[in-house]
Parts: sequence; structure tokens; C-alpha cells
Amino acid sequence: MLNFLGKRILQLIPTLFFVSILIFSLQQLLPGDPALVMAGEERDPNVIAQIRKQYRLDQPIPVQYVYWVKGVASGDLGESLRIKVPVRELIAQKLPVTIQLASMAIVIAFLIGIPAGIVSAVKKGTAWDYGANLFALWGISTPNFWLGIMLIFLFSIELGWLPASGYVPLSENWRASLASTIMPAFVLGNAIAAILMRHTRSAMLQVLESDYVRTARAKGLSERSVILKHAMRNALTPVITLGALELGTLLSGAVLTEQIFSIPGFGKLIVDAVFNRDYAVVQGVVLVTATIYITLNLIADIAYILVNPRLRA
Amino acid sequence: METSLMKILRLAMMAAGLLLSLQAGVHAQTTLRIGLAEDPDILDPTMARTYVGRIVFASFCDKLFDIDEKLNIVPQLALSHETSADGKEMTIKLRPGVKFHDGEPFDAEAAKFSLERHLNMQGSFRKPELATVDHVDVVDPLTIKLVLKTPFSPLIAQLTDRAGMMVSPKAAKEAGDKFGLHPVCAGPYKFVERVQQDRIVFEKFADYWNKDNVFIDRVVYLPIVDSTVRLANLKSGGLDLIERVLATDIKDVRADSRIKLSTALELGYFGLTININNDKNKGPLSQSDKVRQALDLSIDREAINQVVFNGEFTPGNQWVSPEHPYYQKAFPIQKRDVAKAKALLKESGAALPVSVDLMVPKGPENEAVAQVLQSMTAEAGFDLKIRLIEFATSFKQAQAGEFQAFLIGWSGRIDPDGNSYVFLHTNAPQNDGKYSNPDADKALEDARLVTDPAQRKAIYEKLTRIVLNDEPLIYLYHRKLLIAHTTKLEGYKQMPDGLVRVIGLKLK
Repeated sequence: MLNFLGKRILQLIPTLFFVSILIFSLQQLLPGDPALVMAGEERDPNVIAQIRKQYRLDQPIPVQYVYWVKGVASGDLGESLRIKVPVRELIAQKLPVTIQLASMAIVIAFLIGIPAGIVSAVKKGTAWDYGANLFALWGISTPNFWLGIMLIFLFSIELGWLPASGYVPLSENWRASLASTIMPAFVLGNAIAAILMRHTRSAMLQVLESDYVRTARAKGLSERSVILKHAMRNALTPVITLGALELGTLLSGAVLTEQIFSIPGFGKLIVDAVFNRDYAVVQGVVLVTATIYITLNLIADIAYILVNPRLRA
Repeated sequence: METSLMKILRLAMMAAGLLLSLQAGVHAQTTLRIGLAEDPDILDPTMARTYVGRIVFASFCDKLFDIDEKLNIVPQLALSHETSADGKEMTIKLRPGVKFHDGEPFDAEAAKFSLERHLNMQGSFRKPELATVDHVDVVDPLTIKLVLKTPFSPLIAQLTDRAGMMVSPKAAKEAGDKFGLHPVCAGPYKFVERVQQDRIVFEKFADYWNKDNVFIDRVVYLPIVDSTVRLANLKSGGLDLIERVLATDIKDVRADSRIKLSTALELGYFGLTININNDKNKGPLSQSDKVRQALDLSIDREAINQVVFNGEFTPGNQWVSPEHPYYQKAFPIQKRDVAKAKALLKESGAALPVSVDLMVPKGPENEAVAQVLQSMTAEAGFDLKIRLIEFATSFKQAQAGEFQAFLIGWSGRIDPDGNSYVFLHTNAPQNDGKYSNPDADKALEDARLVTDPAQRKAIYEKLTRIVLNDEPLIYLYHRKLLIAHTTKLEGYKQMPDGLVRVIGLKLK
């Protein structure tokens, strides 16, 4: 086991190295000139030349890369060109916001998707099933930005129950924080709920036809006990894996939803940085996101081995 | 089974209902919440460069001078100014009894420090604005003298903006290039905190020199990029004032009795920059002024205004709007004349249809304007090929001359020099089409040397004649600054520079 862990961690190094080169070279492909963007409307040539020098934009890309990697190796992700704040600080500021939003979205997705999937499987071919399928279709095909704006119109303007946008940290006021994140979390969760519902339904259908469920029924167990205690547990394993994957995607930031609800998370940070050609921020955020992904992947591998000893060899 | 599922569903719905009924944090009654269209850049007047940043500065960083609604220059931290007969020295008397937010006094030494910081600091964006200043002398504790390399009449206008903002020398020395993270100025509000892309908070400064006119306790700026959401926030009471309302939302705003629209005509313009002499991509428009005049004549500016902007903007044909004191009334907007345009094209000998690569930065309004232009000019024999491009990339291509016509705006400056020199003078930084006419250069230079408005206006008349004939830039329209606010906010007046001034405002 230790051997395996060591190997996997060693493999991380070249992966991250490759990712770092990819991040660095891909953003160089972005059209436009960061110095020109930073120089603002005036575009004074002296100012542009000075920016190039100050941020080493006048040096060859490999040299810029070496400077960046040196910084990263010592824990310094650089500084935002636009606002002069260390990238590390920006990430530390945004990460809790994104984690909160992603977790709430996943909880909502599970709360809606799984019961809907189970009902639709158990009541296959009935109005319940069609209703749930209709819901899934709606959830998958509704664009986030549209649903977001509709929710704002309903709950903020018409009913006045919730703030239209903005974010209040949990530590400041938990009620206001929940109020400020419930709509974006619902928008994100709704789309995932639809996917989860489809998967739950098919997994449940499969399980319900298996031998052990028939055996359970033959033993005279109540239908409720058969479904909740026997069928659901087995059916949910792939669904939970799927949910975890979706959580990973959510953690890299929900660009459109964050933009609409003005939630200052990862998605908004990276979009603003790309438009402002704030290279240091783009590099930093993508590197951190990639690291989170790779780490989650590693954890999944380890968990898999713990469950399935045959893989330990 | 069913009952338990129903129970779960009911519980889930109850939980959702409970969450939905949670209200946002209660705001104090005298907090003014302003919705911005972007997140500002660094809050250091020396290093800042965005328009949206200037809106924030207006609440905490006073300047030597300010403007009034009619674009007159009025004192703020200065009391008066005087320019020497040769135009090479400007003496400025300062307001006594002014304190910075850290309690440090504002005096001649502090003013000298701020101006020199703008002039010398690495990374300063104010250098070009103050380029004609050679040095600053302290005359007495409340008087400074700016000694210039050459006379420069637009200088006073520069001092009504970031170049005239005064910072606490003590705080600036301590913070260095990180001053913008905790700025210390001498404005009505002082900086409390900033969460990037979320909020910037200010509170009333108790020792402000004009504190009797400050009635609101706190000002919070919230960047909300989506204009629909910004408006939704204003309607739901989550914001008290928003900037950059879309022209297409005006009707909606006017129909709502809880909000009020404040407007002013912008200082800038929107127009077509023509590539006249910038290497590879020159096209038929660069061949002759006749082709450019024909293009101009084929455009109906009022129709653009009606179709795209519901008639809310102002058509224009010069670098200042028809309402501006420097607008040349002798050169009004020409009526669309397709026959004349066709005749001019024939005279020029250009092959029909005249195909033009039109570079257009992405955005619904820009795209609509480009389409209207395309269909109008087609009638005269032009074939505008619209090329949509991301904003940041358009600048790069403009500089490289990779366009034939470029639909682009300018936010505008108080002095007409700021709207003309950098675009029209030979080799000026924003002269993307590389237009060059010695007579135009002479007029642009002369206008900088004299301070008398009548004399300057006469010089600009000459320039207008030249530019309207050469047509290196076809001016199209002037946008309206659209600010909406709750009717609970009293005393709000929109200034033509688009900034939101907080002095004198009251929240019911």
C-alpha cells in the first residue's frame, strides 16, 4: 500500500509539471496584449513599455515561465497585474465561497435528484415516472443564466424574499449567507439533479430486477423495506460517484451562475482575469484547480484500493 | 412507501421554504449601495486606469479642482489658480484646514509630494497627463507653483481628475506600491475594506473639510457585471444606485415609480476610425478622402440613434458633442445624401462595391450599430464586412493596423484636447489609422499653448474644417450616461464625466 502511495505521489510531479507548461503556453495563445490592456484607454507608449518591463512581458516566454515556476515552487503564485494583490490571497478569499456554493448545490441536487429517480423507477410507466422524466428534461435543457434571471425576478423583485445578488460570508451572518447563496445553489443543483435523477432511475430499475431483491420480496419484507434498505443502497453507489465528480466540476467555479448572482467565487475570478489578461491570476487559479482535481483523483484511487484489495498488488 | 416519500418531499419543501424566507442582512439606513458595472482596478490614484475606478475615487479622494454641470472648473482642495503670462507657471492656492484620513495635514508639501508621486513613481499612469510639468515648488505653506516645460492649457483639466488627487504622504511612503490596498486621501469618506469582486466599503470621514454636506454614513460599491441583474437589484431594493443602465432598459426604468433615471450627455464619442496609412491592411478608404466622405454621406446618424438607442443618444460629427462649449456650430451634421455619396465614389474611381473590413468589438449595441451601418452604406455602393472581435484583441489589431475601419468609442475628457490630440496628431499614441496632416498637427499644438477660450475655439474651428474634410475618423454619436437610483435618494445630479458624487446626497 505504501509502495503504491509513493508511486502515485511521485507520478504527481511530472503531471503537475506538464499541467504548468500547458497552463502557461495556452494562455500565451490568448489574443491581445496584456500590457496594452493594462495601459487602459490612453495606451501611452511609455506606459506600455514600462509595464512590459515591470512584468517581464518583454522577455522570452521560456524565461517568463522559469520565473513563474521558481515563484510557484516557493509558494509564491505571483501578484495580480490589475489590482496588485497576491494571487495566493485572492485564491484564499474565493475558495471558501466556491466550496460553500458547490456543497449547497450538491446537497440540493441529491435532495431532488435521488427521490425523483427512485419514484420514477418504482412507479415506472405511471404519471409519476413521466413527471420525473419531464423534470429531468427540463433541468438538463434549461440554461443556467435564464433560470437564474427568472429566479431573481420571482424571488427578489416580485416577492422581495431574497437579495437579487451579492454574497454574505457564512462567518458574518449565516442566515444572510444562506439567503445570498440559495438561488445560485439551486440553479447549479437543479441541472445536476436532473442528471442524478436519470442515473438513479436506471440503476434502480436494474437493481429492482435482480435476484436478491426478488429474494427479499419472497422473504415477505415490506415493499418500503425492499426499496429503501435493499435496492436503494446498491443502486446509489454509481450515483454517489457521479455526484462526487460533479462536485469536482463545481469546485473549479461556476462561471455563468457566479456572474449572474455576483458571487465572488473562482468562476468570476477567472473570467475577470481572462478578460483583463491578468496572466498571474489565470495561471494561479488554473494551477490550484488542476491540483485539486489531481488530488481528488488520487484520493479516489486510494479509496478504490481500500475497497477492492485485488488492486493492491 | 408513498407516504414516506411524500414525507421526504414535504420536509424538503418545508426546508426550501424556510431558506427562501430568510432575509438578507439588515442594512443600516444610511448606507448608500452603488452597483458598478465592473470591479475597479487598484485604488491608488497614481496607478489606477479604469473608468469604474474613477467612480469610486469620487467618494474618498478629493482633487485640487473639480467640474460643475456646465464643465466649468471649480476649486476643490485648491482655492484658486493663476497661470503666468507666458503660460509656463501655474500658481495654486490651497484650501486651509484640510486633513487626510490619517489625520495628517494637507498643505503645500503634501500637494507637492502627491504631484511628484504621480510624476515619478514607477508604474504611474499619470506621467503622460502631467508630462509638461517640469517641477513643483512650494511657495508658502498653502501655495504651490507648477513650473512647466512648455505652456499646456489642458493641464488645469487634468487636475480635475486622478492627476489632481492628493494622497497622504505619510501613508503613501509607508505603503509604497501597495498604497492602493489601503488608500488614504482627503475625501468625504474613508476606506474601510475591500473584498475583490464583491464589495468596497467606505465610512464617513469625521474631519472632512466639507463635512456639513455629507449626510450618508457609509458608501458601499458592489460590482455587478450583468446589467439586467444590476437593474433587478435596484428594483428589489438591494442597491440604491446603479451606473450604466442599458439604453434598451430606459422604458422599464421610467415605468417604475420607485426608481429615477439621471442622465447626462457623455464627454466622449463613438465613431469609425479609418485606417489611412497603417501598413498592410489599408483599403479603398485610404485611397482618397472622397471615398471617406462618401461613406460619411451614406450614414444617417439619427436613424442609428432611433434604431439602436431608442432615440436616447445624441448624433454627432465632431469629437465633442453638440452641447459642448467647444462644438463648432459652423459645421453641423450633414444630412444623409446617397446620390452625392455615389457621385463622390464615381469621382474617386473606386471599384464598386467598395469592400471595407469593419472591425467591431463584441457587444450587443456595437453589433447593432455595425449592422445598421452596413445596410445604410450598401445603398451608396459600400460593402462593409463586419468582423466581430473581443475588446482586448481589437486594441492590439488596431495598433498593428489590421483593420480598414474600426468602430470604437472614447470615454472623453473635460478638455477638448483630450478628445482630439491623441487621435489626430501625427504619431500620437491612439492615432491607429496613422493619419497625418501638418495643418491639423499645427492646430492641435496651437490649441495647447493658449488659455483664452475664444482663441482656442478659433483654433479648433480650423482643426474641425480640416478633419471633416480628411475624415480620418467619422464621428457618429454621443452616448448618454444613464444612472438609475431609488427615489429615496435625494439631491442626485449627474455630471457629464459620469462620476457619482456623494456630497449633498441624502437617503430617506
